[in-house]
Amino acid sequence: METLLNITIYLPLLGIPLILLSKNENMKKWSALLVTSATFLISLPLMFNFDVVNSGAAQYLTEGGRISSTLDIKYLVGLDGLSLLLFMLTTFMGPIVIISSWNSVAKHLSGYLAMLLLLQTASLGVFASLDLLVFYVFFELSLIPMYFLIGIWGGSDRIRATLKFFIYTLVGSLIMLVGLIYVGYDAGSMMSGVNFTLDWRFLSSDIYQIGLVEQTYLFLAFALAFCIKVPLFPFHTWLPYAHTEAPTAGSVVLAAIMLKMGTYGLIRVCLPLFPNAFMEFAPYMATLAVIGIIYGALVAMVQKDVKKLVAYSSVSHLGFVVLGIFALNTVAVQGAIIQMVNHGLSTGALFLIVGMIYDRRHTRMIKDFGGIAKRMPIFTVMFMIATLASIGLPGLNGFVGEFLILNGSFFSELYDNKVFAILAASGVILAAVYMLWMFQRVMFGPLENEENKKLVDLNAREIGLLVPLVIFMFWIGIHPVNFTKYSENQVTELIITSKEKSLAVLETSKTEDLPEWANSFYGVDEETESESLMVSTN
Amino acid sequence: MDYLGDLQAFLPGIITAVAGLAVITIEALKSGHKSAYWVTSFSLIVALFFGIQSLGTPLQEAFSGMLVHGGIAAFGNVIILIGTLFCVFLSNDYLEGIDHNYNEVYGMILFATSGMICLAGANDLISLFLGLETMSICLYVMAGLIKNEKQGAEGALKYFLLGAFSTGFLLYGAALLYGATGTTSIPGIGAAASSDLLFLAGAALLLIGFLFKVSAVPFHMWTPDVYQATPTTLTAYMATASKAATFMAMILVLSRALPSVEGLDWQAVLSVVAIITMIFGNIIALVQDNIKRMLAYSSIAHAGYALVGLSAATPEGYSAVAFYLFAYTIMNVGAFGVVAYYERNKGLDFSDVNNLAGLGFKKPMMGVMMSLFLFSLAGIPPFVGFVGKYYVFAAAINANMVPLAIVGVLASAASVYYYLRVMVYLYFREAHKETEMIDASFLYKGALVILALLTVYYGIEPILPFGGLMELITGF
Repeated sequence: METLLNITIYLPLLGIPLILLSKNENMKKWSALLVTSATFLISLPLMFNFDVVNSGAAQYLTEGGRISSTLDIKYLVGLDGLSLLLFMLTTFMGPIVIISSWNSVAKHLSGYLAMLLLLQTASLGVFASLDLLVFYVFFELSLIPMYFLIGIWGGSDRIRATLKFFIYTLVGSLIMLVGLIYVGYDAGSMMSGVNFTLDWRFLSSDIYQIGLVEQTYLFLAFALAFCIKVPLFPFHTWLPYAHTEAPTAGSVVLAAIMLKMGTYGLIRVCLPLFPNAFMEFAPYMATLAVIGIIYGALVAMVQKDVKKLVAYSSVSHLGFVVLGIFALNTVAVQGAIIQMVNHGLSTGALFLIVGMIYDRRHTRMIKDFGGIAKRMPIFTVMFMIATLASIGLPGLNGFVGEFLILNGSFFSELYDNKVFAILAASGVILAAVYMLWMFQRVMFGPLENEENKKLVDLNAREIGLLVPLVIFMFWIGIHPVNFTKYSENQVTELIITSKEKSLAVLETSKTEDLPEWANSFYGVDEETESESLMVSTN
Repeated sequence: MDYLGDLQAFLPGIITAVAGLAVITIEALKSGHKSAYWVTSFSLIVALFFGIQSLGTPLQEAFSGMLVHGGIAAFGNVIILIGTLFCVFLSNDYLEGIDHNYNEVYGMILFATSGMICLAGANDLISLFLGLETMSICLYVMAGLIKNEKQGAEGALKYFLLGAFSTGFLLYGAALLYGATGTTSIPGIGAAASSDLLFLAGAALLLIGFLFKVSAVPFHMWTPDVYQATPTTLTAYMATASKAATFMAMILVLSRALPSVEGLDWQAVLSVVAIITMIFGNIIALVQDNIKRMLAYSSIAHAGYALVGLSAATPEGYSAVAFYLFAYTIMNVGAFGVVAYYERNKGLDFSDVNNLAGLGFKKPMMGVMMSLFLFSLAGIPPFVGFVGKYYVFAAAINANMVPLAIVGVLASAASVYYYLRVMVYLYFREAHKETEMIDASFLYKGALVILALLTVYYGIEPILPFGGLMELITGF
C-alpha cells in the first residue's frame, strides 16, 4: 500500500517521457489518458483500504532517511482523513482534464500534456506530504506547470495574467518559508537529538507548543500564503484574471485542485500549529470570508463573460470554506472539507461546460447567446445540473457542504455571533440570482443569433467526461456519509487536541512575559475564558 | 618538513599550474593546435578527481602554514574546478564560433584556476594576496579578449583600473593587520586580535577588498560592463569560479582571523551590505533588456544571498554559503551556457531578450534547460537554487536574524519577475521572423545536460535516502 501511494504520486511524472517519445498527436493524447487513468485506478485501493476509524493517524506512511543527523528533514508521505478526499479528487480529475482538452489544443501538444501531468504529480504531492518542507516543495512546484499552461495556451492577455498569478502566490509562500524555517528550529529545540524538524506528526501533537507572540506572527505568515492561494478577499485579484485567460483544462485544475491547497493548508498547518492565534483570529478571518462571499457574488452578478462569472463565484464559494474552517466545530469543518470536494466537482464542471461552448462559438459573452437550449438539449441538462449543484440545491452536493458550514458557523463558539452565518446565508441566495440569471440569458429566450442556430449538441466524448462529475454530484448530495466518514474522526480529534493545546499554551503563558497587546489579544489573565473554552471542547 | 605531503595537499593547484605551462608551450611550438584544449580539459578532470578525493577530510595546514587543505577548502576546490571544467567545455565551441579561440585563453584559465585554488585555501595574508592577484590578472586579460571592439576595451580597462584600486585596499588592510598583530598568518591574526584602531581599520579595508571582488553593492559598478564585454562563456567563469574562490577565502578569513572583538561588528556590516546588495541587484535587473547584463545584476543579487549566510557567522552559515556557491556555480554556468548558444546564431542580436521570442519551441532542449536554470536561479523548488537559498536563510533565522531573512525572501520574490521574463519571451511570444538556428555540438549539449541534471539532482538530494553533500561541507 505504501508503494501504491508513491506510485500514484509519481506515475504522472514518469508518464511525461512516454508523451515526449510518442510519435503522433493521437498517441500522445492516448498515452496521457492512459497514464492519468492508471493513476486514478491505482489510487482507488487507497480509498477502499483506508481505515476510517483511525482516520486521525496517517496511513500508508513512507518515511525517508534524515538529511543529516541533526536536521530532521525527510521524505514523508501518507494519507489521513484531511487529505484523502482531496487526494482522490486530484486523481479523479486527471483523466477528465486530459479528455476535456482532446481537440482544443492548437499548438505544442506534448508540452501541454507534460505540464498537466507535472501539475498532477505536484498536486498529489501537496496533499500527501506530511513533512512540511516536502509540502512546501510540492506547493511551489505546482506553480511552474500552471505558469506555462496559462502563459502558452491561454487567452489574449495571458502573459500579464500568468505573471500576476505566479508572483502573487510566490510572495505569499516565500514569507511562509521564513515561518517554516523558524518553526523547524523551534520544534527541533524541543525534540531530543535533532535541532530542526518539520515532521507534521510532531508539530501537531500536544508536545509541541509555541508561545503566544510567536504564534501571532507565524500564523500571519502562514495564513497570508494560504489566503492568497484560496484566494480570500482581499487577496483574490489574481484569480478572475488567471481563470479567464487560462485554457479550459488549466481553469479546471486551478479551480478544482490548486485553490484547495490554500484551504487545505489552513486546516493542515495553521490550526494544529498555532491554535491560539487561529482561534483569536477566527472572527477576523470569518469577516473576510463573509465579505468574500457577498462581494464575490455581487461582482459575479454583473459579469458579461460567463467564465469570469464562474471565476467570481469561486471567490464566493471558497469564502464559505474558510468560514467553515474558522468556525472550528466538527460540523462546520466537516462541511468545509466536503465543500472543497464539491466546489472541485461543480466549478470544475462549469468550467468544462464554458470550455465546450467556447470551442463551438469562440465567445463567452452572455449577450452572444440566448435560446440555445433548443439546439442543445443534452448540454442544457448537464449545464442545469452543474448550475444547481453550484447554487446548493438540496439533493445535489453543494447543498450538503453549505448546509453543514452554515449550521456549524451559526453555533460556533469562536464567532459567538450569528451574524456571520446569517450574512453568509445571503450568499446562497445571491448565488441563485447570478447563476440562474446567467443560465436563463444563455440558454432560454428567443434564438436570434444566426451563429447559434448552427450549434451542435455535445458529442460522446463531452458527455462521457461530464457524466462522472454529475454522478458524484448526486452521490454526495444524496448520501454524503459515504464521503464525510473519511474525515469525521480526524476532524473531531484535531479540534479537541487543538483546543487542549491552546489551553495548555494559555496556562503556561505568564502575563509578565508577554507584551501588553498579546495579553489583551489572547486574554491571558481572564480565567473565565479558558473555562468556557474547556466546555466547548465537547 | 613533509614536502611530499605538502605537494599532495596542493595537488589540484599544482596540476592546473603545470597544465597552464604546458598549454603555453604547446601554443609556442604549434600555434592554434587543438591539443591545448584537450590538455586543459584532461588536467581539470584529474584535478577535480583529486579535489573530490579530499572532500570530507579535516582542515589541515600545509606549506608551513601558508595554505590549508581538506575541509571547507577542499569543497571550495571542487566548486572552482567544476565551474572551470564546464566553462572550458562550453568555451571551445563558443570561442570557435566568434573567431576568438586562442590557446592562450586556456592557459589563462588554468593559471587563474590555480590562483583561485590558492586563494580558497589561503592561511596567510601573503598566500591570499598571491592567489587573488594571480586570479585577477588572468581575468583582466580575459575581459579584454575581444579587443577590437570598443566594448571589450572599455570593459577590460574598467575592470583593470577598479580591480587594481580594490587590490590596493586589500593590501593596505593586510599591511595594517600586520602592523597591529605582528603576523600575517590568518590564525595568528585571530589570536592577536584587539580592538585598537589599527586592527579595526585593517579589518575594514580587507573586507572592502573582498566585497569588491564579489561585486557587492556599493562596490559593484564594474560588474555589468565587464560581464557584457567579456565573451559569454568566460563571463560564466568570472561570475562563478572567481566569486566562489573569493567567498571561500572570506569564510576562512572571517571565521579564523576576525573573531568578535569589541568595536568590530562585521556581522552587522555584512548584513547591511547583504540587504543593499540583494535589493539593488534585483531591482536593477528588473529593467535590463540585455540578458548578459540581467545575469550580471542577478549575480550581484546572488552575492547578496551568500552574504546573508556569512553574516550569520555560524559554522552552519558558512557551510550554507559553501553550498550556495556550489548551487550558484552549476546553475549560473548553465544559464550563461545557453545564452552563449543563442548568441552564436547569426541574424539577430540574441543577447537582447526581445529577440529570444519563440525560440523555446524552435530549440526545445535549449529552451527547457534555460527554463530549468532560470527557475533554479529564482529559487523555486525542486531545483538546487532553492536548496541553497533555503540553507542560507535557515542559517540566518537560526542566528536570530529573521528580518534579514525576510528581506532576502522578498528580494528573491522580486527577482522571479526578471527570470520569468526570459521565459515569457522564449515561450509565450511568437517569433519575429524565421531565423536559422545552428545546432550545438554534442559536447556542448552534453555539458549543459550534465549541469541541468546536477541542478535537479541536488535540488531533491536532501530528501533522497542516499544524499549527504551537506555532510561533506565541514571543517573550518
